[in-house]
Amino acid sequence: MHPEKVVFAFFIVFAFTINFAFFVGEISDPDHHHVYELFAAIVVNLVATVLKFGERSQIGAVLLATSLVADLQLIIAALIWAWAVHIAGVGLTPGITASIVSLAGAAMMANIISVVLLVIDTVRFNR
Amino acid sequence: MKNIFFLVFRRMRAPLLALIGVYALAILGMVLIPGQDADGNAWQMDFLHAFYFVSYMATTIGFGEIPYALTPAQRMWVTVCIYLTVIAWLYAIGKILTLLQDPVLRHALTERAFAAAVKRVRKPFYVVCGYGDTGSRLVEALMAQDQNAAVIDLDPERINALRLAALPLYVPGFAGDAAMPENLLLAGLRAKHCLGVVALTNDDEVNLHIAITSKLLAPGIKVIARAEHRDVADNMASFNTDHIIDPFEVFAGRMALALSNPCMYVLNGWITGARPLAERVDPPRGLWVLCGYGRFGRALHARLQEEGIDTVVIESTPERTGYPPGNTPLVHGWGTEADTLREAQIENAVGIVAGTDHDTNNLSILMTAGYLNPDLFMVVRQNRRHNAALFDAIDADLVAEASTTIANRIRTLLYAPMMIDFFRETNLRGDHKARELVVRLVGVLGEEKPQIWQLTIDPEIAPTVWEVLAENGLVTVDDLVADNRDRTEPHMAVTLLIRRHDDLIYMPADDVEIHKGDQVLFAGQHGAKQRQFATLLDPTTLSYVRTGETHDPHAFWSRLFARSSG
Repeated sequence: MHPEKVVFAFFIVFAFTINFAFFVGEISDPDHHHVYELFAAIVVNLVATVLKFGERSQIGAVLLATSLVADLQLIIAALIWAWAVHIAGVGLTPGITASIVSLAGAAMMANIISVVLLVIDTVRFNR
Repeated sequence: MKNIFFLVFRRMRAPLLALIGVYALAILGMVLIPGQDADGNAWQMDFLHAFYFVSYMATTIGFGEIPYALTPAQRMWVTVCIYLTVIAWLYAIGKILTLLQDPVLRHALTERAFAAAVKRVRKPFYVVCGYGDTGSRLVEALMAQDQNAAVIDLDPERINALRLAALPLYVPGFAGDAAMPENLLLAGLRAKHCLGVVALTNDDEVNLHIAITSKLLAPGIKVIARAEHRDVADNMASFNTDHIIDPFEVFAGRMALALSNPCMYVLNGWITGARPLAERVDPPRGLWVLCGYGRFGRALHARLQEEGIDTVVIESTPERTGYPPGNTPLVHGWGTEADTLREAQIENAVGIVAGTDHDTNNLSILMTAGYLNPDLFMVVRQNRRHNAALFDAIDADLVAEASTTIANRIRTLLYAPMMIDFFRETNLRGDHKARELVVRLVGVLGEEKPQIWQLTIDPEIAPTVWEVLAENGLVTVDDLVADNRDRTEPHMAVTLLIRRHDDLIYMPADDVEIHKGDQVLFAGQHGAKQRQFATLLDPTTLSYVRTGETHDPHAFWSRLFARSSG
């Protein structure tokens, strides 16, 4: 067991699960989606991205790409949130909540790909 | 080499993770700890303001406690965060700056920049390996011919010198080992515009390596290499290196030429632009003293023997350099002292060659010898270009400097390789012919340094001539060299040589017909080459020099306009 691999896998899976934690719930109900969960999702995703830096393999490059996609979508979701609450002052209307959560769902798709690639890589390595 | 980019990314993980972790912690703390607004009501900082606050706190910009004054609990947390974030920032910035300073990374970056610069070169270019005295002269000569170069030199100082040189074009340069195939490929060995490789480093082994690499990786291109040792030169010749230049051999050959065919020597120097026409040397025949029997001394000794000239050799370490063959007398010593020179019969000699590989000794030999016998013809070998002022001051009759010799030679090889054939043909015809030739050329061209060029009659270079020949028309030598502004004026150039398949036509007469695929060598006044373009590219001009009439292709339009205005 390689400690580095454990940390690596931990953050990739963690990024996916915490992303799911924010996503799950009624899409337009702001009560089902807490801001702390979004914050945690962004931080864990950033950490996962940095851990994927400098992988030479083809699979490493794809892993990094999926992470960057997830980061981008989560940050856009956070920006929409900040805009709705602080700048436009309309608050979390069902429409805005829906768009934030659907972006988080999109980021989750990228994270799913990440996890699948991780599993494939592990299986291939063991053979 | 590509690994370095992955390595740098890998090493950036730790500082980036530290930053993300500390930021996340600080922001979370600011959001969680309850605060108060201006009226004392409970107020919770949101993520936007927390991120804003931490951003200016961590970077020590410090806008103050915004939007409301902080509570003591918040201040305690902020105190902890200040230290954490500032340390994380310093660590991250320090680490990233160190990575950017990494010599391996910087080398990789300059390598990329060099390869990109070579790719942007749109002119035909040569890969020049070694940017010393010879290399810099060669690059200047390439610029003058509207061509470019890609330079590789081991010494970064020399690449800096290239950056500072006042050249009309941007010349990509790279500090690296030219013996490494990947560096030659970076320099555009296989690029579309690459015409050839010139190996000029002062290490024969490296030159050999460059030559063989080029021949293997890009078989079609021209390879010119400098070689000072016989065995290396033979080795290069074995895999068809196009031209191998031994500076000492070239100089010795020229010296022999001056001894045997003085007119040929003058013609050679004048046409190749190495010496002005007025400069004549007449090395006397008689006893010569050769100081130094190294590579230079050996080459000269052999040529002097061929000319039937007696020599005395002075050498301090003949056991290392070898003994002169035949019955040439050998004197042990440096030649810098009067005793050794007297022993070599300097008083009876007509000429002296100071040919050691040490500039100071060479100068000393000449001064001592000049004191013992003021009428000596003095030949001296200059090893370092920066000693030029000293060699000017000593006023020797011939100065052998390797870099100038090689640069002149290569210039000829690159721009008019037919010159070699031309000189060989002239040599066969004897010195008398060379004298006639000089007189004839001066009559047409004047005494200025002539412009030499060669061209091939093909549809790209000479479309007009090709078209006329395709319609079974007649183009003569006269048409190509006639003044295309006024054909009654004297010719602007002289045709020196035509190569047709394997035949050579030496100094063709004016009425010789030009065939398709001919290679023609010209010598003309300055700018004649550019003026000839009109004849080669514009059908009206060619028709004018052929017939004296201008068939205006725009006649139809002239008539039309004349009618409408009339």
